[in-house]
Amino acid sequence: MSLTELTIADAAAGLRARKFSAAELVGAHNAAIAALNPRLNAYITTTSDAALQAAAQADAALGKGEAKPLTGIPLGIKDLFCTKGVRTTAASNILKNFVPPYESTVTANLLRDGAVFVGKTNLDEFAMGSANITSAFGPVENPWKRRGDDAALVPGGSSGGSAAAVAAGLAMGATGTDTGGSIRQPAAYCGIVGLKPTYGRCSRFGTIAYASSLDQAGPMARTVRDCAILLQSMAGFDARDSTSVNCDVPDYSAAIGRSLKGLKVGIPAEYRAEGLSAEIEAAWQQGINWLKDAGCEIVDVSLPHTKYGLATYYIVAPAECSSNLARYDGLRFGERVPGDTLDAMYEATRRAGFGPEVRRRIMMGTYVLSAGYYDAYYLKAQKVRSLIRRDFTESFQQVDVLLTPTAPTPAFAQGEQSDDPVQMYLNDIFTVPASMAGMPAMSVPVGLGTTGLPLGLQLIGRPFDEETLLAAGSALEAAAGFTHRPALRAEVVK
Amino acid sequence: MSYTLEGRTGTWEIVVGLEVHAQVISHSKLFSGASASYGGEPNTHVSLVDAGFPGMLPVLNQECVAQAIRTGLGLRARINLESRFDRKNYFYADLPTGYQISQFTHPIVGEGTVEIELADGTVRHIGITRLHMEQDAGKSMHDQDPARSFIDLNRAGVALMEIVSEPDIRSPEEAGAYLRKLRQILRYLGTCDGNMEEGSMRADVNVSVRKAGEPFRTRCEIKNVNSIRYVMHAIEVEATRQIEVWEEGGEVDQETRLFDPARNETRSLRSKEDAHDYRYFPDPDLLPLVVEQAWVDELERGLPELPDDKRDRFVRQYGIPRYDASVLVAEQAIADYYEEVAKGRDARLAANWVTGDLFGALNRTGRTITDSPISAQALGGMLDLVSDKTINGKIAKEVFEDMLETGDSAAAIVERKGLKQVTDTGAIDAAVADVLARNADKVEEYRGGKDRLFGFFVGQVMKAMAGKANPAMVNEALKKVL
Repeated sequence: MSLTELTIADAAAGLRARKFSAAELVGAHNAAIAALNPRLNAYITTTSDAALQAAAQADAALGKGEAKPLTGIPLGIKDLFCTKGVRTTAASNILKNFVPPYESTVTANLLRDGAVFVGKTNLDEFAMGSANITSAFGPVENPWKRRGDDAALVPGGSSGGSAAAVAAGLAMGATGTDTGGSIRQPAAYCGIVGLKPTYGRCSRFGTIAYASSLDQAGPMARTVRDCAILLQSMAGFDARDSTSVNCDVPDYSAAIGRSLKGLKVGIPAEYRAEGLSAEIEAAWQQGINWLKDAGCEIVDVSLPHTKYGLATYYIVAPAECSSNLARYDGLRFGERVPGDTLDAMYEATRRAGFGPEVRRRIMMGTYVLSAGYYDAYYLKAQKVRSLIRRDFTESFQQVDVLLTPTAPTPAFAQGEQSDDPVQMYLNDIFTVPASMAGMPAMSVPVGLGTTGLPLGLQLIGRPFDEETLLAAGSALEAAAGFTHRPALRAEVVK
Repeated sequence: MSYTLEGRTGTWEIVVGLEVHAQVISHSKLFSGASASYGGEPNTHVSLVDAGFPGMLPVLNQECVAQAIRTGLGLRARINLESRFDRKNYFYADLPTGYQISQFTHPIVGEGTVEIELADGTVRHIGITRLHMEQDAGKSMHDQDPARSFIDLNRAGVALMEIVSEPDIRSPEEAGAYLRKLRQILRYLGTCDGNMEEGSMRADVNVSVRKAGEPFRTRCEIKNVNSIRYVMHAIEVEATRQIEVWEEGGEVDQETRLFDPARNETRSLRSKEDAHDYRYFPDPDLLPLVVEQAWVDELERGLPELPDDKRDRFVRQYGIPRYDASVLVAEQAIADYYEEVAKGRDARLAANWVTGDLFGALNRTGRTITDSPISAQALGGMLDLVSDKTINGKIAKEVFEDMLETGDSAAAIVERKGLKQVTDTGAIDAAVADVLARNADKVEEYRGGKDRLFGFFVGQVMKAMAGKANPAMVNEALKKVL
């Protein structure tokens, strides 16, 4: 088997058994990036040389028997995580030359455990988007193709570069961030596993903020077990993030393959929404059947405020981003466009620095926080948000986990939905509620749709119960036997 | 007699409320580990959090919270066990994140009260509306270069307490008394150094005028006044301006104004229409601040004795007048000094010496109580010599001046200069006899009924004995002979 097709678990075992070296493993991924990235545009910045140096150190550690959980494992890092000495852009012109003098907690944790970073993956600008078409560094192409159709498809967003890189074999795993679905939806579109942990599980320190009360880092990988391995390193309390939660990190891998006998799985009626494609509905039913076969009890539940999720999200997230992005003013770091006055400099800098979607969300956010509108929009949205959270809390008194589709459709082609922002926002309709409630959720690929594209199902769990997601996810994964690979991947494109 | 201003149409009273920004004494800033100390080369006390770098997050400094709670307790105010931080959004070059973290809707301290005392002895209570914590901004410097402005972020993120009073103040004198009292409390608590010149205490002054019995009229806010004297001037100047506007049939606009002490006028800074929309909302990077009552109780037990309590105790314990007690508790260090002098001695005498000769000497030499040339122990030693009649009051003044100059102890000076009081009746009788012999004519006049001359004889005897005689014994000896 090609080195770029291995799982993280197998690669870690292979490295320890000295079947291949970290240099070979990282070299194979560097080569795959060189071959495919010009087409996929999954990476904004590649760090091949630094990766090879890190691989040499990994080999030295392996030689001394000092391997850590991720020693020698090549990962892609979403270009929203600040990486010390490595350009970090948030896919925005305003940070196109920004080199942080510090490391985010999540990436520092991965480095502590021996991971090797092969590059910074592309994303929607400041993580605002669902198709990875708002990046200042150009769109990412989904490595999958519709059957008999060469049209370039979107990888989903905002962690589209991470999803495409992992699917195509340009990284064994990647970090993502999820604010309203930005890990789960691209994972579904690219046929990989993506896990958004409970809000507070992973530190936000050093991760460029989009919407602080929603942003959460999480792993993206080709198997549920690999996600568990990555989350093990990424998660944990961090005193530098006041919203980080101080509770123990369990052994996530131990949850893989755990018996589901007696597990209660809720099926929320409200997710049978209009616009849900027949193929997704069929996949959902298949998933229900598989979990039933695994010994789960299926329970119909209701999350009555689901229908307000998207509208609420598009008040809360822009409100926070309008404030979070105020620091990009051209004064202390980032790009500056001169002006005759301070205000003129701000306007010129921010007009040149931010793309249209970021500007749109800053304007929406500014509007909903303005005097006279605050109560009608922001305050109302916060109230609805607590009702959405209550829906989940109440249903988790009846069930242990929820099963829903991840997205209403499979991946679409570049340009198909981009003219209507509201249509684009609808891609997040199933992922946004769990984000609003801070619940952990995961997307698992369960099969191919009628056009040959991967379909994902979403599991939503109780706060800090990522283990049940991993257990149920591994059962779906095993039942689905999803071994399909995209058309564009390292092993076929040399 | 309450303070009023006479206008063309009659008598006006003024209504004033103060918003005081007090810089918290703490090692590090409100949300970062950078040093909060004053001074330092520009941009040397700045962390990545203060500079608003991408991905940086605020972490609340617990010591700043303790200081705010101590201050709230010192203002006899309600401590809110749950409070919240909000973002106040606006763009400015010295505000790195584009928002100031403040407490808008849920401050840590609620209603309290400050007692003030006016020159005529009137006591008034000024209500405190709230106290909240917030970050200071950096400093813009526009005078360093003809074309460019420079930014110093040393102060950016330093913790401030904004202390808001009710509109209870009715005269410039009351405003001055309030600010002095507030500063005194903050200094006693050690929560703010109250140094207005360095900007660690600044006041925004809300002023309106009205005729007796009217509800409040429109107010103007005078921003950032940096001395107590200027606050008092600004109130008078602004009230006078508003009276003119009203009396000319105009309307006072609600606006923000600046006080120009050089021209003794206030000028419009921005009107209500130009006011920023700060778009306050809860800071999602910070959890609600929840403090335990047990911690508040612990902080309360650790508070020093506050000035009002200390003043009342001084009156009770030392039997000194309330006015003297107020003067002695003005600063913690003075009160401590006084108590050391008074300990085991005549407390009234001690108060007279401290508030009289010692304060005079400090004034003359430009020193403060903490670097007084005469220590409390030394002054106490001198008072002991007065009490045991080693020296009399007149000689004590001379000894005090000598102590001031030489730093020697009173006993050493008395010894060196031979100033010990003479209580030897033989010596006194001899001096009396000598004086009366040399002034036989005056003795005649005295005996003829000119009683006033008694003082003359006393003076002459004291002079003959170089002031060292015990005055009571001289009196007695004279009376006996005359």
